[in-house]
Amino acid sequence: MNKPLSQERQDLHAYVDDQLPPAARARVETWLAANPQPRRQAEDYAAIRDGLRALYAPVMSEPVPERWRQRPREWRRPLMALAASVLLLLTGTWIGLRLGPVADLPLAGVPHVVREAAMAYAVYTPEVRHPVEVPGEQSEHLVAWLTKRMGVQMQAPTLETLGYALVGGRLLSGDDGPGALLMYEDAEGRRVVLYACRNEDADRNTAFRFAQAEGVSVFYWLEGALTYALAGEVDRAALQGLAESVYRQIAI
Amino acid sequence: MNEGITGELLATQIPRLRRYARALTRNVQAADDLVQDCLERAWRKGHLWEHGTDLRAWLFTLMHNVHINALKRRQPETEPMVHSDYPDPRPIAPDAGLHLRDLEQGLARLTPEQREVLLLVCLEEMRYEQVASVLGVPIGTVMSRLHRARERLRTWMADEKTPPLRRVK
Repeated sequence: MNKPLSQERQDLHAYVDDQLPPAARARVETWLAANPQPRRQAEDYAAIRDGLRALYAPVMSEPVPERWRQRPREWRRPLMALAASVLLLLTGTWIGLRLGPVADLPLAGVPHVVREAAMAYAVYTPEVRHPVEVPGEQSEHLVAWLTKRMGVQMQAPTLETLGYALVGGRLLSGDDGPGALLMYEDAEGRRVVLYACRNEDADRNTAFRFAQAEGVSVFYWLEGALTYALAGEVDRAALQGLAESVYRQIAI
Repeated sequence: MNEGITGELLATQIPRLRRYARALTRNVQAADDLVQDCLERAWRKGHLWEHGTDLRAWLFTLMHNVHINALKRRQPETEPMVHSDYPDPRPIAPDAGLHLRDLEQGLARLTPEQREVLLLVCLEEMRYEQVASVLGVPIGTVMSRLHRARERLRTWMADEKTPPLRRVK
């Protein structure tokens, strides 16, 4: 064990740190005046303190990151949190919209397509320079490429009449193999993504299902060989309009 | 009803926490991670903090715990170079001024425990009793760590003052 610090030394530190009552302080001052060695020590300690303050003072005026002013729910893994809340809110949220042949999907076990679509939305739509791998101007090439990689005939629906232009697309890796992502953008720069991956339960079609979390809405449905999900931060009615249009163009 | 912690309250303390973390870790990223972990914990335990009690002391206690947990998780650091304690270290000439870079390097050579005490005393100007309570150690331990920290830095700074050996080209 360490020996306790002598009273003299304790006083020396307390003197430097201004933690002595006035009487003790005066006593130490008298002592230091007569003893050059502890006086030098005190001066060095003070110099170290001033140096440390100078060294780290600039940190105090650095701007505080905005996220530190909020409750930490959104901090750590915003994408995971987003996907998780999509999953939670998804349970049992139906809309009565029925298009074409419909079969019930068990509510337990939310399709990974929703998670993947929400994730893709969160990851890629904020991208400024590289939101897509193949731009919309090369839509024929894009469709051919995605068709080849997905092993299923793909299409790039047109949403121009609803104000959304095709930005382009990219290939993703989903839980069950490749996934295709198409991104659309309106005149104000609002983006939505259409995500498609293999429907393991092929030939089973479903109605639209709707989920909403953190301002992101997702419509998803099964159609033939593929599962589709349309995700965006637009109001539900607008997204539904887009989903219907996509559905009509894809349904054979 | 105790409303616990609020964003405004926390925001008042963030610059201090950050300064302390920066000096503790001497690494911008590690420091910000430390602050973030500390704030997260503050939110989680916010209901335990009582209005009117010392928020700074509470937050620094949280940060201390986060910090030592992080130290435990990590691989042991490169051993700090041990300087034999000179009985009478050459003093720093008062007019020479401190080389801040040397000081920073000297700080890196302290043990984490010494560093914590020194920084709480010098940067935060905490009273010794408060340092003891934040770190959860007796006040005697605070004093001996403070002394060792200062003497080690003093020795280091004095050594740095001597002109380095000329490199042979």
